[in-house]
Amino acid sequence: MSGDLRLVWVYPDLLSTYGDRGNLLVLERRARLRGINVECVFVNSDQPVPRDGDIYLLGGGEDLPQVLAARRLRADGGLAEAAGRGAVVFAVCAGYQLLGHEFGGADGEPTAGLGILDMRSGRGERRAVGEIVADVDPALGVPALTGFENHQGVTRLGPDAAPLAQVSVGIGNGDGTEGALAGRVLGTYLHGPALVRNPGLADLLLGWVVGPMRPLPPAQDELALTLRRERLDAVAP
Amino acid sequence: MNKLPLRARLATSLGGAASKVSRLAGRGDGSVIGGVIGLRLEPGLLAMLAQGRQVVLVTGTNGKTTTTRLITAALAPLGEHIASNAFGANMEAGMASALGQAPDASIAVLECDEKFIPSVLRATRARVVVLLNLSRDQMDRAAEIWLLARHWRDALSAAPDCHVVANADDPLIAWAASDAPHVTWVSAGQRWHDDSWCCPRCGSHLRRSGEEWICGECAFTRPPVRWALSGSDVIDPAGRVRPLDLALPGRANQSNAVVALAVAEVFGVDVVHALRGLRDVTSVAGRYTTVELRGVEIRLLLAKNPAGWLEALDVLRPPPEPVMLAVNAQVPDGRDTSWLWDVDYRPLRGRPVFVGGERRTDLAVRLETDDVRFEVVAGIDAAVDRVGHGRLEVIGNYTAFQQIRTVLGRAA
Repeated sequence: MSGDLRLVWVYPDLLSTYGDRGNLLVLERRARLRGINVECVFVNSDQPVPRDGDIYLLGGGEDLPQVLAARRLRADGGLAEAAGRGAVVFAVCAGYQLLGHEFGGADGEPTAGLGILDMRSGRGERRAVGEIVADVDPALGVPALTGFENHQGVTRLGPDAAPLAQVSVGIGNGDGTEGALAGRVLGTYLHGPALVRNPGLADLLLGWVVGPMRPLPPAQDELALTLRRERLDAVAP
Repeated sequence: MNKLPLRARLATSLGGAASKVSRLAGRGDGSVIGGVIGLRLEPGLLAMLAQGRQVVLVTGTNGKTTTTRLITAALAPLGEHIASNAFGANMEAGMASALGQAPDASIAVLECDEKFIPSVLRATRARVVVLLNLSRDQMDRAAEIWLLARHWRDALSAAPDCHVVANADDPLIAWAASDAPHVTWVSAGQRWHDDSWCCPRCGSHLRRSGEEWICGECAFTRPPVRWALSGSDVIDPAGRVRPLDLALPGRANQSNAVVALAVAEVFGVDVVHALRGLRDVTSVAGRYTTVELRGVEIRLLLAKNPAGWLEALDVLRPPPEPVMLAVNAQVPDGRDTSWLWDVDYRPLRGRPVFVGGERRTDLAVRLETDDVRFEVVAGIDAAVDRVGHGRLEVIGNYTAFQQIRTVLGRAA
């Protein structure tokens, strides 16, 4: 379990609005604490996406940067190729939407996405802003998601994508489901540093790459678990 | 003032009375309530109150309150009475109150929330608009910044007589002002680059070298500047270099000061005289003030968003000076603490760090990830007790800062 892990942050120049770096930092920390060497690769939108990453991270973005990012990623082809050979992709918010077949552009118009996830997104009536809690598909063995959402997207999944979770507080995809999962490609409306409050999800992604891992020593997990509890208590119905 | 229609006069005097009541009742500094009541009686009040005055509007993500204060100081040599919403009440009601309370002021220097620039520019027919910077800020309620920049562009194109003073080092600001007919470009610096890696005009990756930037595709580039901050000196339009020698700390305030000098130039104030006024400013709405509590000298710094935290961390005295960080997530702070992950806290390593505020656990997790050692405290009192003697730097976001000010007494 000491092999190198390559984390690729895709287009931080376009897709990084609010704390998206947190996902990279959490994965890096949790891997290092288990003795795994981590290499973080930052790929700006004027650079080719490397094909040989282990985990690809996509963050949120405003409308125009989202459209540009989708256009460039389609032309580059690297992310789709990596996902096709089984690399892990974790995308939040605008990054999540652009993994689908289409999403709402700057004026809500349908805009072509990457088609890595079987789903379509459009613009909803109202902006979804606030805390979100969602129960993860039990097959994944991850406790409830807690996070913050801030988007106006409505997402419908096709038959080749499964919902990541069922919403208990908040909006998510807009039909009671939240996020999407297909193979090792995972997307969510929990924006920004979604993995901070969901260390179980972070370990799921790491485990997909390196195989079974021992849990972290409790002292190293205590603060994150306290934060989880605080946020879940704060919105408990 | 006597030229105001009866209804506006009534709105102003009722509003003014409400301000007094609010202050006497200890409910606030009275800078908003008067305007709220006045505007309800007369929605066109701001336009009426602004009529016949030379208005300066100051906007941007960070530095509005301080720059408003510095511009007022730089214009002091004119000897005119100046109206200003000096305490940061930067929406229409706060501006109306400031104008209503200073009927004789021929000049008004008004801090304006980013979102309201188009409507306030129309209402006040401002002589000068100051555009400082744009970066991510409380995104659960604030508009997206590219959208803001677009609205500013449209508003400025509809106000051809307005003189714009704009920071050329911030690409989004440069784009917002690039089609305005009268612009004084200032090199005020930009430490925070994470919201401007891409060309605001075409979206391509920007190439940067020092403060210079150019788009690789459409060649949109930093305009030539008339005023510049260089180190801690200002370079004036004639190329003369002068030390700023401000009493206010930090690089961000040096930037704000150079912007204030550029505004003073529009009003014909000589740089030497304007500088003298700037140097007299020692604290702004409680920020940068030093207060003593049980033998510990506390300095208060406000940081509301990632770019602001970058500047605040930059102001800190070097280790081992202890620091307390306090973070809340009430509505004025933004209810979302995700921004914590945009701040690099590693510069805090190697000094005692105390963590407080209503969202201290969020902050603690963030510091743990950056390998910064810290101690969680219940509040400023506990941090002061732990420090015992000497000095303590305190950085808080909006309501956390206000809570600490309340504990330390309004005198701060």
